[in-house]
Amino acid sequence: MNAPTATIDWPEKLYGTLKRAGIRQVGYVPDAGHARLIDRCRADPDIHDVVLTTEEEGVALAAGAWLGGNRAVLLMQSSGVGNCINMLSLARSCRFPLLMMITMRGEWEEFNPWQQPMGSIVDPVLRLSEAEIYRATRPDEVEGLAERAVQHVFGDERIAALLLSQQLIGKKVWTK
Amino acid sequence: MSGLERRAAMAILLADRKNDLLVIPGLGSTCWDLAAAGDNDRNFYLWGAMGGAAMIGLGLALAQPDKRVLVVTGDGEMLMGLGSLATIGIKQPPNLAVVVFDNGHYGETGMQPSHTYKGGVDLLGVARSCGIATCLDVADEAALADLAARLKALSGPLFARLAIVIGDPPRVLPERDGTVLKARFRAAIGV
Repeated sequence: MNAPTATIDWPEKLYGTLKRAGIRQVGYVPDAGHARLIDRCRADPDIHDVVLTTEEEGVALAAGAWLGGNRAVLLMQSSGVGNCINMLSLARSCRFPLLMMITMRGEWEEFNPWQQPMGSIVDPVLRLSEAEIYRATRPDEVEGLAERAVQHVFGDERIAALLLSQQLIGKKVWTK
Repeated sequence: MSGLERRAAMAILLADRKNDLLVIPGLGSTCWDLAAAGDNDRNFYLWGAMGGAAMIGLGLALAQPDKRVLVVTGDGEMLMGLGSLATIGIKQPPNLAVVVFDNGHYGETGMQPSHTYKGGVDLLGVARSCGIATCLDVADEAALADLAARLKALSGPLFARLAIVIGDPPRVLPERDGTVLKARFRAAIGV
């Protein structure tokens, strides 16, 4: 943690966006950058929070949710994008709406060099998978971009990813 | 290897099917088996997404708590998504059943042995370890009838492993346009 959490309000804004969008299922592989949003979703009785063993499960979960009339979101860090690639074919072949919110690693003051290879190709890989990309680097733009991603996904049954840059999240501080 | 014939087993599981039953097959043989049992708008056939059938079932089951969701998939497809059994075990959806037609082989690709071949990996043991309380080993007609009866009134997640004899029934190919399958499924259940 590199800043007092009380001063960071963009996770609250994201939660508000998800609620206004009527999101009922939240699949996630935990990430420190998503910790507060995950906490809010877990505490919400109107949201099914689904912890996943791998991110591709969340692509399938969201498809099933939509078949049943629920809107879903998939939360993950950038390394998880690589785990999703083939399963994204499900969303592409069937035009399932798929909303992803991705916390970025490996791009700004990254302590762990092993995060860089996947982090560096998240954007092109997602574009090749027909995802619309929205990248937030400042707290004040997170909500607006999230709203646009929601509209893109559920307005027309498409795929979109909101990338939450490492600059926005802050560098990971190692305590051990 | 003893066991049940897959097409007959699917027909028994779906006999007297009611409109509150939603069915997701895995890609490949179980998809053809489901189509052979009779087309239905409440089937969502998979032509891909290997490893994803059970998770599609979970998302659907959570979204439609008043309906029953039946995932019928093969051993190879289930093995690719073993983690989904852990995820289902945590969520404990009361209206989801996952049934694996296990012949110990990858049938669509030339009958190569899978991890369950000759008792290698025990899928029932995996499901049990993941916290799915009702786990059924189905290897004869009586056990199949019992499973079919249980599917009519689910009360907690159910996992069943069906021992399937190796066979090569003719392919019965359903609609393969995913957007059509999605739209008709949603229209059928009114969402």
